[in-house]
Amino acid sequence: MIVPPEAYVALSAVLFSIGVVGVIVRRNPLIMLMSIELLFNAANLALVTYARAWLNDVGHIFAFLVITVAAAEAAIGLAIVAVTFRKTPHVDVDDVAVLKG
Amino acid sequence: MIAFAILALVMVASAIFTVTARRPVHSVVGLLANFVALAIIYLSLQAEFLAVMQIVVYSGAILILFVFVIALLSSGVAPFDIGPDRAKGVLAPAILFALLILGGVIATVLRSPVAVVVGNPGPTGTPQVFGSVADFGIALFNDNLLPFEATAFILLVAVIGVVLIAGDVGPAGVITRRPRKRPGDREPIVKEPAAR
Repeated sequence: MIVPPEAYVALSAVLFSIGVVGVIVRRNPLIMLMSIELLFNAANLALVTYARAWLNDVGHIFAFLVITVAAAEAAIGLAIVAVTFRKTPHVDVDDVAVLKG
Repeated sequence: MIAFAILALVMVASAIFTVTARRPVHSVVGLLANFVALAIIYLSLQAEFLAVMQIVVYSGAILILFVFVIALLSSGVAPFDIGPDRAKGVLAPAILFALLILGGVIATVLRSPVAVVVGNPGPTGTPQVFGSVADFGIALFNDNLLPFEATAFILLVAVIGVVLIAGDVGPAGVITRRPRKRPGDREPIVKEPAAR
């Protein structure tokens, strides 16, 4: 590896941090979901980096599973967003309190 | 090294743009740049199959799903961007938290450097080398068959869940028909705001 794996892991950590800020700060559910996709991708980058550093395939397998879970999560999350928008016109997750006990 | 620097710059910039963009469509464009750059980084890590999957699944399927939902929601009556866009008073704690994560990861990596296995994984593109489709398939279907099957189950659950949530089928399997409309009139997706 020409580029040391630490650089990749650092890049992954930076992306993860940006995604965390997005999830916490933004109130638009669509952008929150996209920030979650950023988190998934950052984790995947770390997995693939270590797979390459150790020449081990399991990292690739796990990244593949993460991609699958991310697809399922995006589908369900967007369905929930669509249903929520049908009921209320606000683009704000703070207003969605239907599940509050 | 230069390629990695450029790609890292593109990824960080597009990620920041995704998080800070005011309109969700702009966020989708930023996310697209991020995904494509990540696919190229996967290629540099000899994860060919994952690079292709990144393009097909993320840039293809998931982003199109986002675009569809945005188009569907903003085709209603009301303008799309209403209400406060950011949670009040959490920006500084959120950045602090993120910097904590960042510092923790980088400090850990610096303290114990990653031991790279010395070995030539072979030229990219030939079969049976690390990260190729053949190698990935053998690893997936021999040693990791159970996680693969669990993946199928997860997708099945997701499909059923989406149909239950967004479809017209009620919780007990009862099909709740909507009242028939005449073909001319079109129901606005965004209705009048309810009284708080």
